[in-house]
Amino acid sequence: MFGDFDINFVIFGVMPYVALTIFLVGSIVRYERDPFTWKSSSSQLLRRKQLIWGSILFHVGILTVFFGHLIGLFTPIWVLDAIGIPYALKQWMAVLIGGPAGIAALIGSTMLLHRRLVDPRIRVTSTVPDILIMVLIWLQLAIGLLTITQTLQHMDGSEMVRFMNWSQSVVSWNINAWVTVVDVHWLYKLHIFLGLIITALFPFTRLVHIWSGFAAPFRYLLTRPGYQIVRSRRHRPLEERRRAYDKVQAKRGPTATTPAE
Amino acid sequence: MRVRAQIGKVLNLDKCIGCHTCSVTCKNVWTTREGVEYAWFNNVETKPGTGYPTDWENQKRWNGGWARSASGKLHPKQGSKWRILANIFANPAMPEIDDYYEPFDFDYDHLKSAPDMNAFPTARPRSKITGERMEKIEKGPNWEEILGGEFSKRSADYNFENVQKEIYGEYENTFMMYLPRLCEHCLNPTCSASCPSGAIYKREEDGIVLIDQEKCRGWRMCISGCPYKKVYYNWDTGKSEKCTFCYPRIESGQPTVCSETCVGRIRYLGVILYDADKIEAAASAERETDLYGAQLDVFLDPNDPEVIAAARRDGVPEDWIEAAKVSPVWKMAMDWKVAFPLHPEYRTLPMVWYIPPLSPIQNAAQAGQIAMSDQMPDVRSLRIPVKYLANMLTAGDEEPIVHALERMSAMRLYMRALSVDGVRDEAIAARVGMSGRVIEDMYKIMAIADYEDRFAIPTAHREQNEHGADIRGGCGFTDGNGCSTGEAGKTTLFGGKKKKFALPQETF
Repeated sequence: MFGDFDINFVIFGVMPYVALTIFLVGSIVRYERDPFTWKSSSSQLLRRKQLIWGSILFHVGILTVFFGHLIGLFTPIWVLDAIGIPYALKQWMAVLIGGPAGIAALIGSTMLLHRRLVDPRIRVTSTVPDILIMVLIWLQLAIGLLTITQTLQHMDGSEMVRFMNWSQSVVSWNINAWVTVVDVHWLYKLHIFLGLIITALFPFTRLVHIWSGFAAPFRYLLTRPGYQIVRSRRHRPLEERRRAYDKVQAKRGPTATTPAE
Repeated sequence: MRVRAQIGKVLNLDKCIGCHTCSVTCKNVWTTREGVEYAWFNNVETKPGTGYPTDWENQKRWNGGWARSASGKLHPKQGSKWRILANIFANPAMPEIDDYYEPFDFDYDHLKSAPDMNAFPTARPRSKITGERMEKIEKGPNWEEILGGEFSKRSADYNFENVQKEIYGEYENTFMMYLPRLCEHCLNPTCSASCPSGAIYKREEDGIVLIDQEKCRGWRMCISGCPYKKVYYNWDTGKSEKCTFCYPRIESGQPTVCSETCVGRIRYLGVILYDADKIEAAASAERETDLYGAQLDVFLDPNDPEVIAAARRDGVPEDWIEAAKVSPVWKMAMDWKVAFPLHPEYRTLPMVWYIPPLSPIQNAAQAGQIAMSDQMPDVRSLRIPVKYLANMLTAGDEEPIVHALERMSAMRLYMRALSVDGVRDEAIAARVGMSGRVIEDMYKIMAIADYEDRFAIPTAHREQNEHGADIRGGCGFTDGNGCSTGEAGKTTLFGGKKKKFALPQETF
């Protein structure tokens, strides 16, 4: 019954759904059940050296690459056609923006990984998932950069369109999505595979801080009008308390000396 | 007017003996855990000195507190919201653990388990982070204890600004004092303002500033935001922690651990009513020297009928209003004007205040010719320079400090006359604008300092603050992740309805 079994189907057809499910459900469960463990796990306090440059290079680089992938892969092809962006131009943009950003991220992650493995303070306070995810991301960046060597051989964007088709088919529940990427170069395949692994590991590592990193600007800039936060444990907000008090005061009889609660 | 109450605190530095009981009891209760060995929610520094963490008062370096723009608006000195978010990957103004000290312990076990040796076994230090041998301890909590270290290093003390400090390096002119420090539970805290996650908040009912451990994401902006460097990053849990003002104790009417155990009886706790609407204007006062006075204006007189009515209307419980009337903090800060905020120039409106210390007359050799005015020594000739104290407590304005020191020395003179000669010398009291009766009250509270005079703490009104049914079966006070597996009273992931959380938030 496994006569026509194809590993490509498992990796590019099934695994995306498994990985994304673990990613989403895992994130929600962790946020709900264990918010105390939801954090960036910064080690800046223990060693500043190599962190400032490493972290900035890494984060700026990888965020650029992340949004590049997000926009690049999930923009419907008809939109490209409608705006009139030639595939080759998009391919060049991907290489010219993604390349330097990827290199920055790789340099940054090399600095961070070196620091994590060599600095005794950071090494001893690192958990296994901390190191594992750092190594995986480093590999992913390196492989991603290596795929550029392949990409440069077909700058017409034909391979890129395949990946766009694949990702868009996956999110639109097209079960035959995997077929589009069966015969691409193995470097691309490895890159996708590793990407799915990282996605699946996401909720079990410090990567959950990415959610908060994206949420922070909204919370800080939009949902907080001023700077300060005052929490009240009283049942009723101030205005309601005042109204209730005024109502009691307006009645005849002894003035209220009991609190407005 | 928006009346709120806060449990304020005053520390009488005139009586601090530097015994560190406060620090040790605090540590034993709160920070003996891994990750915060280096953190002292309460610590006692010897001044002059650079303190803990080193050079904490130097905001040119750490960017703590607030800055006032030309238009009169305030923003955290480390930057407005956008700047803070831009620094989220790496915080340029955050101290490293070596700015505090690398926590260590000694190999005590070696003392009893060492094999037969020619030399006596010793307990050598070991890092509490890496577990590795530390050959030399270069720093510790309170590294400058009793003027330890050379003057050239200690004199980097920020409070020496505009003081001819060289002469204080000479043995004959040296001076020292103790400065116990804890979180100031500010009216305008920069730690909470700097937190992108909104995890740090001030409590409406008692003014205590806390960090929500479940909302903290470890962005660590609070650490650089706090100018007193009293927010600590727990390197084990990856969350920030700070002095909780022992809120479980305060809520039940007990003093904080540091206050309870203070051997010198220097710590006072009492209710201060304040007008929340005035905070912003007070913190934005144009001149730094105006900030002390501006903060006094934020406080509300608990004996004023109008204030009482407004407090009742805003829901301040009756016993809190009564407690405010007998608050030792109010008396020292407002009635007698002997207590001052620590570094008001940071614009945080701190709520832990300090009574400056009297000190011996500067030059004993000139004892015969010291400047005396009407039997009272001129407080400007005391060993601790007034300018130094002013830099610490009033942003450099010497007048209020002189005024306070004069009242304190008048109190001594008056009580000496009373107990030695049996004379109530109203003239002494009148010279500092007080009456004998007030001075005797001041003596009772500041010098005798009985337990019930030091602490006037109303209990929290749990019946107003909590729904009993919600907390039934809960895990009570937990430190960190105590409730992570199955939090009672909160929500379940699959099924079960989310209970209304009794924590309305308001922002200003």
